[in-house]
Amino acid sequence: MTKTVERPPAARVGPVKAPSPAGDRRRRRLTDHLRAYGFLLGGLICFALFSWYPAIRAVVIAFQKYTPGSDPEWVGTANFTRVWQDPEFAAAWRNTLTFTLLALLIGFAIPFVLALVLNELRHAKAFFRVVVYLPVMIPPVVSALLWKWFYDPGAGLANEALRLLHLPTSNWSNGADTALVSLVIVATWANMGGTVLIYLAALQSIPGELYEAAELDGANLLQRVRHVTVPQTRFVILMLMLLQIIATMQVFTEPFVITGGGPENATVTVLYLIYKYAFLYNDFGGACALSVMLLALLGAFSAVYLRLTRSGEEAA
Amino acid sequence: MSSGVRTLVSPAVLARPRGRAVYWTVFTGIVLLFTLAFLFPVYWMVTGAMKSPDEVARTPPTLVPESWSTAGYADAWELMQLPTHLWNTVVQAAGAWIFQLVFCTAAAYALSRLRPAFGALILGGILATLMVPAQALVVPKYLTVADLGLLNDPLAIWLPAVANAFNLYLLKRFFDQLPRDVLEAAEIDGAGKLRTLWSIVLPMSRPVLGVVSIFALVAVWQDFLWPLMVFSDTDKQPISVALVQLSQNIQLTVLIAAMVIASIPMVALFLVFQRHIIAGISAGSTKG
Repeated sequence: MTKTVERPPAARVGPVKAPSPAGDRRRRRLTDHLRAYGFLLGGLICFALFSWYPAIRAVVIAFQKYTPGSDPEWVGTANFTRVWQDPEFAAAWRNTLTFTLLALLIGFAIPFVLALVLNELRHAKAFFRVVVYLPVMIPPVVSALLWKWFYDPGAGLANEALRLLHLPTSNWSNGADTALVSLVIVATWANMGGTVLIYLAALQSIPGELYEAAELDGANLLQRVRHVTVPQTRFVILMLMLLQIIATMQVFTEPFVITGGGPENATVTVLYLIYKYAFLYNDFGGACALSVMLLALLGAFSAVYLRLTRSGEEAA
Repeated sequence: MSSGVRTLVSPAVLARPRGRAVYWTVFTGIVLLFTLAFLFPVYWMVTGAMKSPDEVARTPPTLVPESWSTAGYADAWELMQLPTHLWNTVVQAAGAWIFQLVFCTAAAYALSRLRPAFGALILGGILATLMVPAQALVVPKYLTVADLGLLNDPLAIWLPAVANAFNLYLLKRFFDQLPRDVLEAAEIDGAGKLRTLWSIVLPMSRPVLGVVSIFALVAVWQDFLWPLMVFSDTDKQPISVALVQLSQNIQLTVLIAAMVIASIPMVALFLVFQRHIIAGISAGSTKG
């Protein structure tokens, strides 16, 4: 009650002065905002043009007949049905999923075991880290061409190694049933350095007392791995697994360079098919329909990944 | 032997003769494995380019070239126009690096320190692009670049490189952690926003700028699908695209030599900055 009585006089004291600081502040806030947007502008334009707009456009073009230079035409779901009926469609998805699965089986256990062993070694630590990461720094195109040469049925090193061990030779990337595995080997060789280094960092953050306590309780080596190492690194393992799934589902360079999608479509991947639709068939509607499908699947994986990293950050 | 950090195997076990024997056996095994798996392919590539075309196709292959010839390297340099393609790659990578440093740093600074209107919304929109895997959007992105008339122009690499949510977020998080009082002191001394960014924030952010720079350079140098799409003009193509396009009809030794030359810059960068790169990867993992 008293306050409501006091207010009018207070307002009457400074009827000229009162709005002025507020207006000043508002003006300063406005110039602050403008200045902030000055800093933001370049980044915003690039994100708008090359990230946000293409995402929307992919969905729009997926429902259009789109040829550069002429007006787009709405065609409903025709692109999706056409792509769906393409015999390569099933092959591409099957290959991509098989590739991802094989990459998990081969490219996931090996780096973990390697990191586990490396973490126990007390000598030449820098050497191991540099050497395992070296293939990551070799351009992927060079790795792919290098392995194409290794897989060469004539003078290829891969068959030469098998002969040296008195094993039967293989068709490697040139055989319909071995091509996909051959590509997984290339991808694993080229990319596992990063995974090994991240595991090593995770292993080093495990407190030593946990191992000591487990040992006092009579846990042997494998039990310590199972009950200390794996639970302690579970979060990193899960994160890297999701990241790897997202990356391998977008595989393109290896099949494009090494096998050209062959033999008999054995290595056509979804991204390769997108490329073919756009640049060989000039069918951008079909390419965008495929992109939307890939996007939906990968977006789901990414959402899980981001959810996990955020909860992991909060827990840390 | 002990570095003071307890790992899976206890130091007591390693100190025993049997433990030590096992340790050195495993150590030797890993050295051999790593040499064979990671160094030997590189050796094979470097020496393969020095063999004669005849020798490189021979079975069983020779471990060491019979005669060391640099003709393969010279031919690759000339026939595959490597100077042009290397220069294109350098221009594309350097431009993408500068564009990212300027625009990502400015945007990250604004989002971190200047509190623009709708800042949270913008940051959300930027982070949302992390959920959209880049490769899945190459076709609509290509159409946008084509509409802007940027095909066969290095701007087609430079501008999309700025839309890198990962690097921007890395910078923003680093700026968030800078001590508040230092920035406020600069402001009290009358430094403008740009001045504060240039002479206070950036010098304090050297580690993160180094990481972002390396990521930016490596990403462009290693990329293949995107430059394959936007550079149809052979004279504009970076080395990765040119290698694949020319690999079909060129002598094997020349191609291998070109592969070695294409790898040298990034491998050299890695060897020079290996401590920073490895520390950056390791740190990035534990912080998410």
